[in-house]
Amino acid sequence: MATMTMVQALNSALDVMLGRDPDVLVFGEDVGYFGGVFRVTEGLQRKHGLTRCFDTPITEGGILAAAVGMGAYGLRPVVEIQFADYIYPAIDQLISEAARLRYRSAAEFTAPLVVRTPYGGGIFGGQTHSQSPEGLFTHVAGLKVVIPSTPYDAKGLLVAAIEDDDPVLFLEPKRLYNGPFSGRHDEPVRPWSGHPAAETPEDYYRVPFGQANVVREGSAVTLLAYGTMVHVALAAAEDTGIDVEVIDLRTLWPVDIETITASVCRTGRCVIVHEATRTSGFGAELSALVQENCFWSLEAPIVRVTGWDTPYPHVFEWEYFPGPKRIAQALRDVVEA
Amino acid sequence: MSTEPNDIDAPLLRNREPLRLHVPQPKRRPGEPPDFSDFTPPEAGSVPRPDVAAPAEEMRPLAFELIRVLDSSGEAVGPWRPDLPADRLVAGLRAMLRTRAYDERMFRVQRQGKSSFYMKCTGEEAVAAAAAMALDAEDMCFPTYRQQGLLLTRGYPMMKMMCQVFSNAEDPLKGRQMPVFYSSKAAGFFSISGNLGTQFSQAVGWAMGSAYKGGDRIAAAWIGEGSTAEGDFHYAMTLASVYRAPVVLTVVNNQWAISTFQGIANGGEATFAARAIGYGVPALRVDGNDFLAIYAATAWAAERARSNLGPTLIELVTYRAEGHSSSDDPSKYRPAHEARAWPLGDPIERLKAHLIALGAWDEDQHLALQAEAAEEVGVALKAAEAIGVLGAGRRPSSSTMFEDVYKDQPWHLRRQRQEAGV
Repeated sequence: MATMTMVQALNSALDVMLGRDPDVLVFGEDVGYFGGVFRVTEGLQRKHGLTRCFDTPITEGGILAAAVGMGAYGLRPVVEIQFADYIYPAIDQLISEAARLRYRSAAEFTAPLVVRTPYGGGIFGGQTHSQSPEGLFTHVAGLKVVIPSTPYDAKGLLVAAIEDDDPVLFLEPKRLYNGPFSGRHDEPVRPWSGHPAAETPEDYYRVPFGQANVVREGSAVTLLAYGTMVHVALAAAEDTGIDVEVIDLRTLWPVDIETITASVCRTGRCVIVHEATRTSGFGAELSALVQENCFWSLEAPIVRVTGWDTPYPHVFEWEYFPGPKRIAQALRDVVEA
Repeated sequence: MSTEPNDIDAPLLRNREPLRLHVPQPKRRPGEPPDFSDFTPPEAGSVPRPDVAAPAEEMRPLAFELIRVLDSSGEAVGPWRPDLPADRLVAGLRAMLRTRAYDERMFRVQRQGKSSFYMKCTGEEAVAAAAAMALDAEDMCFPTYRQQGLLLTRGYPMMKMMCQVFSNAEDPLKGRQMPVFYSSKAAGFFSISGNLGTQFSQAVGWAMGSAYKGGDRIAAAWIGEGSTAEGDFHYAMTLASVYRAPVVLTVVNNQWAISTFQGIANGGEATFAARAIGYGVPALRVDGNDFLAIYAATAWAAERARSNLGPTLIELVTYRAEGHSSSDDPSKYRPAHEARAWPLGDPIERLKAHLIALGAWDEDQHLALQAEAAEEVGVALKAAEAIGVLGAGRRPSSSTMFEDVYKDQPWHLRRQRQEAGV
């Protein structure tokens, strides 16, 4: 075991998989010699060679297209899109091609690729370096969508993603790269060291898809979150003193419906938190699932706490970000309803 | 159907050696000396200047040449010499000095924590300054984040640019955009996007609109050499070619796209200008640190556009002398002092040397102009900082964050604004 940041854990996952499987390739903008703008691929080209981890032109559509073609050849490409906000030129290759290739070819061709991309706000990145587009992709049949919240999960889930035979969108909460984040932006930055989930094996291991993590047990209300918002939700739960059960989904699709259903049927109340805009966000899907599966146990309306339905505004980052205060208010409202 | 199974196994169809994946590499990395030995700029004045109406096929060689006007002694030579009067040359020098002074000060201010981000155009000041002077003030610009010089040269208030960088109460963009992502319809400066290349094809659409309406304004667009790998570059070339759009399309080849050298963007076997040939669009490859060459090439391309002859692609060969942005550290991926070894020199020094060679300028005047630029920046900065910087002072009203999502605010945003308590 070693104490790792999320960046180091992701780097370790790529390193382990490059070492285990010669069919794994890593490429994207600035990922080669430089090691990526967030340093996730640092040292991989030097260790594994120029053709195992290399730079691409600035062509997100081209990167995804090449990954689909390589997947068809039989490789397992792991590509980086530098910011999730830059993924849109690649969307045709991801949605129309990668996600449907297995289906349309009757499983003759597949696209076992992983798209890694940093998402989310909290770094004053404005509207083109802060977005959370997960809801666009959970809507697509054939895609899996993963968002880790700790170094341990980041590595285990990325290994599982690389070994998965279907295309996986692996969204990395950039605000958590170098430390957990309570959402209290005016407090000093905390490092990962000291956090139990920063203890990360240096060797191969997997965190399986479709298994949520109950990160805080409680009986009064169930809170569903993923990525950065898991930590913000935990801070909010502490603030309220309410007996909140916090569930970290880890994989948005496939979603762990059993864990969600068991929890909400027990607590009778549910708050859903994400940083993405509200309308048609993944919270809408979660809300519908909870309603369909737990209707007779619900004692209060399901509440969503999300980013506002605007582009991410640079200077109003902390008014936009659904911080612990808004989450705490939602928890109180739901419990008192 | 007859089959000839032997054909499939014919040895001629097999590769003689295992295939290899090629990944381009720059010649030098950190810890090694800079090496531009494979880039020997041709003599200034050596490239012919065709008539703007010459057929595109006759212009093909220009995509592989390098149009230069200023020679090593500071003389302006050859058919591309624009014959600008001395006061216009001084105006160009002043525009570049103001841009450099602005950048240096705003970068330092970012380091002091007063803004979240900054991007300099050091070494590339001629790109925007010369184009702004060669284009009509009414022509519409679709720039990247590194053409701040367009605003400065067109007389846009420096203080307003600073307010944008600080996202303060006087920021014309209401704090919504990252620093340096300016926008000004009045200055003919299209809203900057963080998504690369998108403006290049939009400029073509704007130009098509101007042509459709029988107007007299043309469009100009800029893109980095790295971003020519985006589909938008190719959309732009296709549409500009098909509809003969009145647009000047410029690739700023500053050698580096964050950490990747230009060979990653195009394979290194052809010039960026040469990409135009396949589209039947005339292309000019130009010394991007030569104010006069950029001015002349832009004016030539603008004349083509105004004469209904269609688009021109210009490649400006220059060098990004500093990091990509305040978030970047170029010492991690390229040799130290590479900028100093750049064969095309510094655009400010070269125009200054030309003015001195003309007898129209001296060191004292230059120092005075530098001091004037620094003074202007200082005065504007004081005023902008007095309004507010990131995290201190007056910000735009936070209720404005719910405005302009749509023309009219729908019920859900009204409700969200109330929930936010703003």
